[in-house]
Order: sequence, then structure tokens, then C-alpha cells
Amino acid sequence: MTLDHLPLGPRARIVAIDWSLLADDEAQRLRALGIDLGAQVALAHRGVFGGGDPLALTIGRMTVALRRSHARAMQVEEI
Amino acid sequence: MSNFRTAALVGNPNAGKSALFNALTGARQKIANYAGVTVERKSGRLVLPSGEPVELTDLPGSYGLDATSPDEEVTRKVVLGLFPGEAAPEVLVIVLDASNLEQHLVFALELIELGKPTVVALNMLDLAERDGLTIDPAALASELGVPVIPTVAVRRKGLAELTQAIAEAEARGPSPRGPHEFMAERRLTAQTIAGSAILSETSKHRLHARLDQVLLHPWMGPLILFALLFVVFQAVFAGATPFADALQGGVDWLGVQVRNIMPPSLFRDLLTDGILSGVGSVVVFLPQILILFFFILALEASGYMARAAFLMDRMMAGVGLSGRSFIPLLSSFACAIPGIMATRGITDPRDRLTTILIAPMMTCSARLPVYAVIIAAFIPARTVGPGIGLNLIGLQGLVLFVLYVSGILGAMVVAMVLRSSLTKGAASGFIMELPKYQMPRVKDLAIGLYQRAWIFMRRAGTIIFTVAVILWLLLNFPRAAPGESQVDASIAGHVANGLALVVEPIGFNRDIALALIPAMAAREVAVSSLATTYAIDAKGDDATAIALGSQLKAHWSLPTALAFLAWFVFAPQCLSTIAVTRRETNGWKWPGFMLLYLFALAYIFAGITYWSAVALGL
Repeated sequence: MTLDHLPLGPRARIVAIDWSLLADDEAQRLRALGIDLGAQVALAHRGVFGGGDPLALTIGRMTVALRRSHARAMQVEEI
Repeated sequence: MSNFRTAALVGNPNAGKSALFNALTGARQKIANYAGVTVERKSGRLVLPSGEPVELTDLPGSYGLDATSPDEEVTRKVVLGLFPGEAAPEVLVIVLDASNLEQHLVFALELIELGKPTVVALNMLDLAERDGLTIDPAALASELGVPVIPTVAVRRKGLAELTQAIAEAEARGPSPRGPHEFMAERRLTAQTIAGSAILSETSKHRLHARLDQVLLHPWMGPLILFALLFVVFQAVFAGATPFADALQGGVDWLGVQVRNIMPPSLFRDLLTDGILSGVGSVVVFLPQILILFFFILALEASGYMARAAFLMDRMMAGVGLSGRSFIPLLSSFACAIPGIMATRGITDPRDRLTTILIAPMMTCSARLPVYAVIIAAFIPARTVGPGIGLNLIGLQGLVLFVLYVSGILGAMVVAMVLRSSLTKGAASGFIMELPKYQMPRVKDLAIGLYQRAWIFMRRAGTIIFTVAVILWLLLNFPRAAPGESQVDASIAGHVANGLALVVEPIGFNRDIALALIPAMAAREVAVSSLATTYAIDAKGDDATAIALGSQLKAHWSLPTALAFLAWFVFAPQCLSTIAVTRRETNGWKWPGFMLLYLFALAYIFAGITYWSAVALGL
């Protein structure tokens, strides 16, 4: 399952990332925020318009907004 | 005794660096730009217990030394001593958010690795306690090998201890630290260290998560955002009026005083008609700009601004921008200058440039006087009695609404075109930390407002002053022969003759051409210069508008008036906007482009409006 399909609430672990779907600076920005292989995340909110874009995910004690296009590059497994 | 003179605050965004900086340096701050980039350089004087001053700089927030934005690039270069003309700070003060240790320690570890004299400020301890965290600063200090000082910047806690630690930092020398680690290892180390420093963690339900449940709620969220925007706009437009009127009164009073004191001379005219009225016409916007900035600063400090960006991101993505462009564009409805200044928060340079280029199309408050006069004169008040500005309902209000919407639509189309041509590039995406909610502090707001006001006044005092003088010279030289009109004899008069030929096809007469020249300083000047042209004694605003209205009706056709309105939707007639664009883009290339494309659009749409109106027999 990719991250954009994760339901709101449950925690999941990022098990694979298709870096080719992400621009270099985006990938670097995500990694700097700790959104990387092995990270535990949960979806907290979805945007209102256009099919729930962007997404707000919680990682550690942080909330980070990102687009669905980024989430689509990440495979997650619910914990 | 220490013998260093520079120190820098460095840390993740949202670590409370600015509040700590304000608390340490007070209002004695210097704001400038780093050479060659539009990143704000904030520095101030910190006085050590010995009485010795230190220059403290507040480096832009960064997640690490691998830069992805111009801000982060500055932080990286300054910390490493690579920034030309900037001395590397001798002491690093790493600011950590105590309630987000795992994340903030990653950058801290990278900085400690550099081996510089370092002090850690464990900031926002109150927020950590609110989240149910108990942290042991001593354990953290022994793990990191550098002093850790608990601080609550907003309550001035731990400041003396932090200053003392900064004073002792250099004597203690470089911080010892293990071998270089890569990002992934550093993250693991950070988690281990955070784990051993956090003594206990109760699962208190966190306040910001509960607030987000409401503020980011699928339908309540946008509703609250729009209600908030409504309040902000009401405050900006209604709240500023008495202050703006008072300022205008002050400027007029000064003019009268100068006329009373000085004998009539060209120099007196320069003072009153050139400088006072020119600079005055811009200074009267100060109250609006301050009220707008008050809200922007307060919303930013509270953490809500990032939520507004989140809520609006999808809509902005439709034209190739991101949620980060929302606030600058919103500010531009009051005035494009603070709007363009606010684009510094946009990380992607192409997004930022696009936002700057379309910002002048948002209907700013300087257009309202122009719109109000023309609408009141030419559009029949079908539903209610003649009102001016926002009180309009019915046909007049509809026209005003159409003008606003035309600007927004124009901006959207231009953004789309630019994003697929000149500012083409992979969609920048939208990756943004949503910071914790906090109560904004009055002192930080006051410092921020003071700085904004100062920047604005300095600009009014330099650029706008110069322009006002030049315009006055153009209108007053060469001197007219007796019996001849001064305006016709002047350089501006001759330019207007040439300009009249250019604008004739779009239905503008020579009077309009003449009014457009001084209106380059600021749009609303068009009204006063039309009043001058039609020889109307400009006393009270309403009286002028009514008298001017009947004059306009006598001299202009309805298609001409409509074309004039369409012109002002696009025309970049605001030198301050051009000046601020030059500063924010570091050169004349983009302001030049902005002038060209906006004048082209203004010409085309005024023309289309004029010819359609003529064809419809209006």
C-alpha cells in the first residue's frame, strides 16, 4: 500500500521509497524532516479539494504537510 | 574574559529562534540583506555579563547543512565560514525545541560535529511540559558534550544563564565529538539521545492535535479561514480609515504651514506640490499596511499561517503554485509591497518569482479611489443611493466585483502561462512543517511591526521622495510663457501629447494621458491629477469626487470610462511595487518584464473593453 492510501489514524512504517518519483530537492527535504525508510508515520488530515490533497502526516512529534504525489512514492505497512 | 565578538543562533525552523533572538537583543536589531541574495540578515547586540558586547545573528531556520532553499544555503555558508564578506560566527548557539527533540537533535548533532565552541538552548520547555514531557537537561548535556541551558524565550527564562554560557563558550574551546556520521546514523543517534534525556512522557492529549481537528476539518477548516480573512479585511479597510485620514490631515496641514511661512517660489511649490503630496500619497497607506502586518505576524506566530497554506494548497496547485503563495497574494489585496515582501517564505525560487510577478494584479487599496470615482460617475446606482467603495450594492457593486475578479482571473492565467514558460520547472510540490500552536507574544509582534513600518517609511523617504521630485520637475519645466498653461508647456505635457497618440486607439483622450504620467508614482494620484486637469479645488474627498464626477461625465464617454477601469486592473502604475520587485529579484530584469507584460495586458484589455462597449452602442 502506498502512503496516500493509508486511512487517517493508524500508524504505519515506510518500507520502500521510489526515489525516482521525487525531485532531488523534494527528496532531500523529506529526508531532512525524517520522512525516510523505516520512519513511523500516520496520516492526520487530508485536504478538502481535489481528492484529498495535500496530506498532513505526523512523524514523531511533528506534523508535516505534503502532496499526494509525494505520498504515492512511499510504500507503507500498518503497524 | 572572552575575546570573541560574534555568535549566531542556529536551528530548525519553528524552534523559537526569533523569540529567543528578540529576548536576547531587545529592540536593538539591524535588518539587512545578505549580500547578493534576498535573505534577511538579522543581527543585534548581546551584552555579556562582563559588559562586553557580542554581535549576535539570527540565522535562517534550517533542517541541516544540505541546503535546499536560498535561506538554508545562507545558513550553511555562514556557519561553515564560506559566505563572502561574512565572518564565521565564533560561537554557535543551537536552539532546540524541547517538545520535538528527536527531530531537532539531528541538525544539532551535525553542528556539534563541526567542533566549534557551542552552546545549546533547550527552548520552549513550557510547550514540552504542556505536551506531558519531562526532560533532563543535564543528561542531554552529558550526551552531547556541550552545555545545555533550558530556556523559555517568550517568558525570558534562562536568558542570564544562556548569556553566561555564551561568554564561557570560547574559553571552553571546541566541543569534543565522535566521528562524522551520515544522516541516517545521525537520526538514530538523535533518537537514542532524546530517549535518554526524556525522563517521562505522559500521554496527555496534545493541544495542537485537538485544534487541528477543528482548524483543518474538511469543511469547518475552510469556513473558519474565510471568516478570519473577512475579519482581517474589515479591519484593514475600515480600521485604517481614521488613521489614514489623520495622516492625510497632517500632510495637508504641513502643506498649509509651508505655504504660510515661505514666500511663493518654485522651491515652495516643490516642497508642497512635489514632495509633500507625493510622499504623503504613499505614507497614508501606512495604517493599512501596519494593520495587515499585525494580522500576518500574529497568525504566523500562532502557527495558523501554515494551516492556511495547507487549506489553500490544492487551489493554488491548480495554477502551478503551492499553498505558500497564498499569504503573499492575499496581502497584495491591501498592498502589493507587503505581499511581495512576504514571498520570502516561499522556498521554491520559481514559485516565488511567479508569485511576485502576479501579485500586482490583486486589486490593492490604491485602486479603490480610482474605481470609486469612475464608478460613481458613470455607473448608475440602480439599487441604492450613490455610495462609494465597499458600500456599493447593485450595479455599482457588481462592477467593482467584476474588477476584483478580473484581477484574480488575470493573475491565475498569467501564473499558468509563466509556470509553463519563463518559470517552467518541475512542480515544486508542497512540503512544509505545520508548527505547534502558540500564543503570540506582544513584544515580538511589536518588534516585527516596528521593523516593517521602518522598512516602509525608509522606502517612502528615499525612492518615493526621488520619484516625487522627478515628477514635479517634469510637470514644471520648462516654465510656461505668460498666458500659457504650465502643464502644456512642461516636459510631461509634451510626453502626454505623444502618449495621447498611443492611447487614442483604446479610447483615452489627452487628459487621461496626462493623468497617467504622475499616476506612475501611485495609482490613486490619477484621481488628484484629473482633478487638477479639470481645475477642481480638491478640498473634501466626497466633494471632490462628486465635482470631478460631473466633469468627467462632461468630457468622457462611457466606453472611455470603462476602458479606464480595465486599464487600472492591470497597469503597473506603482513605482514602489517596481522598486520592491527590483530589490526582491536582485536586478532590473524581472521588474522590467513585469512593467512590460502588465502594460501590454492593460492596453489590450482597455482596448477590448472600449471597442466592445462602442460596438454595443453604450
